Amino acid sequence: MSDGADSPVPAGQIHCDGFARSQAIRRVLASGKPPVAREWDSRMPIPAGVSLDRRRFLIAAAGGIALVYGAGRAGLTDPMLGDGIAQAATLQKADSPILVSLFMQGGLDSLSLLAPAGDPLYEKLRPTLAVAPGVGVAFREDPSLTWHPSATSLANLHNAGKVLVFPGIGYSNEDMSHFTSRHYWEVGATDASLTTGWMGRYLDIAGVAGNPFQGLSLDGQMNPLLATAKNPVAAIDQPNNFSVWVNGVWGDASDWTLESASSLGDKQRNSHDPAIRQVARAASEVGVVRRTLNPWTNGPQNSADSSGSKNPAAVYGGSVTYPLSSGDDLPARLAGLASMIAAGIPLKCVALTTDVQFDTHSSQPQTFDTGVQLVSDSLAAFQADLEARGIDQRVIVHVWSEFGRRAEENSSDGTDHGAAGTSLLIGSRVNGGMIGEFPALSALDVNGNQRVNVDFQGVYASLLEQWFNHDAAAIIPGASKFHRYKLLA
Amino acid sequence: MPDGEVTPLGQSPTAVYRGRFGEEQATRLLWRAGFGPRPGDPERLAKLGLEAAVASLTRPAGPARLIGKAPHDDKGNPLDPINVWGDDHCWWLDRLVRSDHQLIERMTLVWHSWFATSESASSAKLMVDQNWMMRRNALGNFHQLLLNVTVDPAMLLWLNGNTNAKGYPNENYGREMLELFTLGQGRGYDEEDVVQNSRALTGWTNNWSQTKGPVDFHFDQQLHDYGIKKIFGHVGRWNWRDSARLAVTHESHPSFFVNKLWGYFVGAELPARTARELERAYVSSGYEIRPIVEAILMHPLFYEGPRLVTPPVVWTAGLLRASRQTITTTSWAWVASLTGQVLFQPPNVSGWDYAQWLDTSRWAGRLEAVNTAINRPLQGKTYPYGIHENNTEAYEHALDFWGGIPLSDLARNHLLNLGRRISHGQTQKWEQVEFRQLRQNALRNLIPMTPDWMTA
Repeated sequence: MSDGADSPVPAGQIHCDGFARSQAIRRVLASGKPPVAREWDSRMPIPAGVSLDRRRFLIAAAGGIALVYGAGRAGLTDPMLGDGIAQAATLQKADSPILVSLFMQGGLDSLSLLAPAGDPLYEKLRPTLAVAPGVGVAFREDPSLTWHPSATSLANLHNAGKVLVFPGIGYSNEDMSHFTSRHYWEVGATDASLTTGWMGRYLDIAGVAGNPFQGLSLDGQMNPLLATAKNPVAAIDQPNNFSVWVNGVWGDASDWTLESASSLGDKQRNSHDPAIRQVARAASEVGVVRRTLNPWTNGPQNSADSSGSKNPAAVYGGSVTYPLSSGDDLPARLAGLASMIAAGIPLKCVALTTDVQFDTHSSQPQTFDTGVQLVSDSLAAFQADLEARGIDQRVIVHVWSEFGRRAEENSSDGTDHGAAGTSLLIGSRVNGGMIGEFPALSALDVNGNQRVNVDFQGVYASLLEQWFNHDAAAIIPGASKFHRYKLLA
Repeated sequence: MPDGEVTPLGQSPTAVYRGRFGEEQATRLLWRAGFGPRPGDPERLAKLGLEAAVASLTRPAGPARLIGKAPHDDKGNPLDPINVWGDDHCWWLDRLVRSDHQLIERMTLVWHSWFATSESASSAKLMVDQNWMMRRNALGNFHQLLLNVTVDPAMLLWLNGNTNAKGYPNENYGREMLELFTLGQGRGYDEEDVVQNSRALTGWTNNWSQTKGPVDFHFDQQLHDYGIKKIFGHVGRWNWRDSARLAVTHESHPSFFVNKLWGYFVGAELPARTARELERAYVSSGYEIRPIVEAILMHPLFYEGPRLVTPPVVWTAGLLRASRQTITTTSWAWVASLTGQVLFQPPNVSGWDYAQWLDTSRWAGRLEAVNTAINRPLQGKTYPYGIHENNTEAYEHALDFWGGIPLSDLARNHLLNLGRRISHGQTQKWEQVEFRQLRQNALRNLIPMTPDWMTA
């Protein structure tokens, strides 16, 4: 890097070490980067414009991030920060609600997640896949049901009143195509022609033009739930995994080159040609993301190992233990998210998708058991992390899948596409319990699938009204005709 | 492109572009029907005129030739696509870069996304076998291609066709075949058709080898359901061949085929009249692919319609073609995952989303690809341009590095400004020596990242 922090005192100038250091730190502060630990000395005066709180925050292990918004106000000369993120950070109250959507892709078998273990009809339909009685935690609201043993951490969270379960969720005339059904859930309507996500439409109304972090995909690429018509949103993998560099260019020239790429994007982001627009917007938003994530990508955390061999919370300055997993970065993504919320990044809607694909047409237990275990343990760790950081009141996690699976198993130790599925809302403020009921196996539909008793569009409308305090009619087509559910405690 | 004689095209079934066919149009054709121009290609193609230019792509003479140095890994060893992770991606990427049958490779990529199969369910060997099958049928007959795909081992594993048996149906392939491969969601079939179609498809299976995994894919009469099925109202003792025939002869198939194929090549909506003309030609030819591709490549909207974002793997091959490079590192496999397109690993059974190739994350991935293509940035000793190189010359040199494909005035002026900023920012004497390298490297990095260069 070329901010001069490590440069020797130029010839002809006489500074003491302390001044050089304080200048270096001021320069770093102004640029929105965290000071390197060895440079920071708590006895040093606090630069003007930096509050005491900020300083304490800086000394904390997870520091740095708030520089962009707090101390970094000195850096509001930066046009994008000034117009966008910082403005949003100022407007967004510290208690503003965040909705996290976790998509368990592929069609999760809800008959295994919440099983009528011991029911003869269930055992007849599922001769090889049935969950045995007594192996999992009993379901509090309906004793005929058992949580899958892989979901024990979710079951415990549910018993603690922090999980709201919809055991028969979907929509009428369920479509058994992954792509159509998933699309419906993503756009928040049973309408194949909608091209914006339901979260995206919310952000178009409640968001701002300069803050891509209001809608953050943690999938490494855009998540359709967040697709907006006008306001920007961002996609990153993990916060310390977004880095851009230019080969053979260093020093100030490196920053200028990256700025140039993004400012060309700024110029062309409203081009009349949709393809030019798509590239330009990505380039433009890279500029914002790069500046905002600077503390993570250039900070001390960057050298830490988040690939799975270390507790990811430690990488992001948390104290909670997430599950270890090699190859699946869901725990690390959630740990990174917790640290971003704690740091005050102005998030509203966050969307992520499991790496595991739950489309279990064959050998279901191989995929389901380990997949559900990882998701359950990761979600429980995330909730504990939020609580430990004191930000759990701000967050609800919505867990969903595009449909459930056929009640009767197929010949490949698997299950084919079904209708009703299970959805969860998790958080300290949710109305823990159950809404709707387990769809009876004795009353399957004509295709042999469980029947829907809660419409997901009603849940979306209720979330908008109760969690975001926003009019659902402007976001969910035909919102008035859907039932509302009491989602918050 | 091959210099040999090409067969003249027949009468196009639909409107033909009559405007100027210059280097600009030839460049668009090379990006959309191939993997971008090598230096000099647009000029050569433009001289042929539209019809001969299209024919040189759709009717290449002789067997495919791979032009230039054979690919190797970072240590100079040949690629091992079957056994080494990532080498399969690099192996095909090399063909995209070097094959003189560019459209054949491009159509193979189209079929790979159309019948999206992932090696996560099978193996690199079965995927490479499937890849050759698709290449042989790239411009052939769709009905034949569908038959081949239906019993292709990688596909049988991917969509569970190998465990779909009499009395134990698995609907995975039976459904996607209709929804994604031939008819389109909700277009003239219902759930019962999916069930019955899946019954018709029963009978395929394989054996398992301790050392080789799935082997010996075959049709087993014991596993086939010989009963009567009713599919789209047709009643009979249908089998997998009937299933494919009933799908391609379904009234919804020609419009699905023509629309989907058009979308891979043209950014504008398919006009209703053109659709009808192409559907008629497709059916009357007995489901031949090439005449429809030729008609699309000569259609006015191909040249006059909006630009398309170049898919990541096409753009990456284009980087190497434009800069006269071949595969010298297997980093391309992980770089591909950052750009959002790894060959043999489509995201799911519906293939890649051609409407949305970019966001902040995949943009950063593309920059990583440029970094990789510039594997030896210019250093002091290697700097080839003189001390008096001015800012405009520096821009032209960087453009030439990427084959000289021109940019819009907006992008050009923007990059000239960057060049000026870099040169003005260097005030120390030692910096004066290095700023030209920095400027040249910076311009080389940004040119392929411009919206102009990333779209065609």
